[in-house]
Amino acid sequence: MRQGKTLQAPAIAGKRNGKTGAIVLETFGFLLFLLFMTPFLIVLLNSAKTAREIIYSPIALPENWALIFTNIKTIFDNPSTDYIGAFIDSAIITVLSLAVISLFSAMCAWALVRNKKKWATVIFMAFVAAMVIPFQVVMFPLVRWFKIVGDTIRIPLLGTYHGIVFAYLGFGCSMSVFILHGFIKNIPLELEEAATIDGCSQTRTFFNVVLPLLQPTFITVLILNGIWIWNDFLLPLLILGSNGRVQTIPLAVTSFAGSYLKQWDLILTSALLAMLPIIVLFIFAQRYIIKGMVEGSIK
Amino acid sequence: MKRRGWVDALFIFPCALAFVMVIIFPFFIGIYYSMTNWDGVNPAISWVGLANFTGMFSQPQFLYSFMVTLLYTAINIVLVNVVGFLLSLLATSKARLRNLYRAGFFVPNLIGGIVLGYIWQFLFNNVLLNVGQSLGIGFLSSSLISKPNTVIWAMSFVNTWQYAGYIMMIYVASIQSISDSIMDAASVDGANYFKRISKILIPMMANAFTITIFLTLTTSFKQFDLNFSLTNGGPAMRFMGKAIRSSQLLAMDIYSTANGLNRMAEAQAKAVVFFILLVVFSLVQVYINKRREVEA
Repeated sequence: MRQGKTLQAPAIAGKRNGKTGAIVLETFGFLLFLLFMTPFLIVLLNSAKTAREIIYSPIALPENWALIFTNIKTIFDNPSTDYIGAFIDSAIITVLSLAVISLFSAMCAWALVRNKKKWATVIFMAFVAAMVIPFQVVMFPLVRWFKIVGDTIRIPLLGTYHGIVFAYLGFGCSMSVFILHGFIKNIPLELEEAATIDGCSQTRTFFNVVLPLLQPTFITVLILNGIWIWNDFLLPLLILGSNGRVQTIPLAVTSFAGSYLKQWDLILTSALLAMLPIIVLFIFAQRYIIKGMVEGSIK
Repeated sequence: MKRRGWVDALFIFPCALAFVMVIIFPFFIGIYYSMTNWDGVNPAISWVGLANFTGMFSQPQFLYSFMVTLLYTAINIVLVNVVGFLLSLLATSKARLRNLYRAGFFVPNLIGGIVLGYIWQFLFNNVLLNVGQSLGIGFLSSSLISKPNTVIWAMSFVNTWQYAGYIMMIYVASIQSISDSIMDAASVDGANYFKRISKILIPMMANAFTITIFLTLTTSFKQFDLNFSLTNGGPAMRFMGKAIRSSQLLAMDIYSTANGLNRMAEAQAKAVVFFILLVVFSLVQVYINKRREVEA
């Protein structure tokens, strides 16, 4: 996306029919924006109400905003769902997965670009082809397979951090390798040759010359995978289980919502807490996030 | 530069290992399981041929899920793209706060389907109901997700709210890549706003439409999270003389066949059919759109 361009008035709007057109546009735009934001607003309003107030007046302004902290405390103290634990687990899983996905995908993509042997092309094609496989077709066999492998090597893969991180590497690497492959292709080979002449080994050439150049592409890879992993539900549900030792935020929100009696004060406040980190991140890194998500899809 | 093959192999190894263990093996094991009597409990698994495949086509729930998934996908392709396109016009217009609008429309896309589904369940079952009753709007007097004939539309509405801002961004990128001088020239030649959009902008964006329609098709067809948290497949209705769940899309039907009913092999067979359908539909779509691109 070109920067700066958004600041000028683009040509398609052309000359509008005077002032009325402009007023209609502004009003319509603002109303639409409000409409899009309403669900978030209602969550915020109702996070500061008691369960009773939520049912009887869901759109009224809260009488006492401090109730939001009471609701948060109730969630944190809830004996059946360890929300803080789930938050920490989500953070650990997301960070570790992103680290292994970006490092290993970059290594893999670089080796596949630079190696001109036929097997390298075949492996790359396999990564690309596998992107069409939907999660639904591998999910049940994967759980059984993880159980068998875990029992065989005596390192449990189900219900553990390393198991789910390994699964995220498997699911995340094909697209990441593909994106990085496209970028690395355009890095001039001369750069790497110069490093070799200066005495760099193949490994050092990668870590000291190629890796720093990949920074802009890493942002795309991190954002695409990060948002997916933070929000993901089915894979954690299947690998970690809904009552396992390790939990994630979507699993915790589901366990609040899944109880027989709908406690909306708790559900909405936990939804608010789940959204908060992403919204804060978006406010600070809006440009990168939009760029990353759009570029990732177009490729 | 002399490359050492074994160094390359070492570099490829971590990804290749994870990829094979997590996708390739389970994929092929899954195809085998779809032709067995695997139930998730009994360790002895025996071959049953294509029985699971023939069985699913006489199940009212599966047939209904299939139809409703097609309907849901079709509604979304139209709704998400039309709304996304209109939003992109607004986001590239002269509106003062267009950058704020753009960010606002995009935000729902960042929040996971599970969380959004619960929020919208509250909006449909409590907020809209409350508003409808106090204003006396008959249409809203009962929840839109509690009636079989409106539930799919309600789900599409939420999906559009969530996804249109993302599609908008792809259109915005495409609009910005079109040279201003073309639009100015058309304007000078007397083409009005709607003519400029329909005769110049849309044909020039053919490439973007291929991508956006592909994305809406595949994400709608694979929809699970929102389905799970917003309606959980309900409400119940009768179809072909059986009680079925009226908003249970295919992905969720696969999940509930395995989870609620413990019929793992049957769920796996449905997943294989689901995979084939997805590939066929997306190939047909890309083929049609690519031909349009050439013509444009």
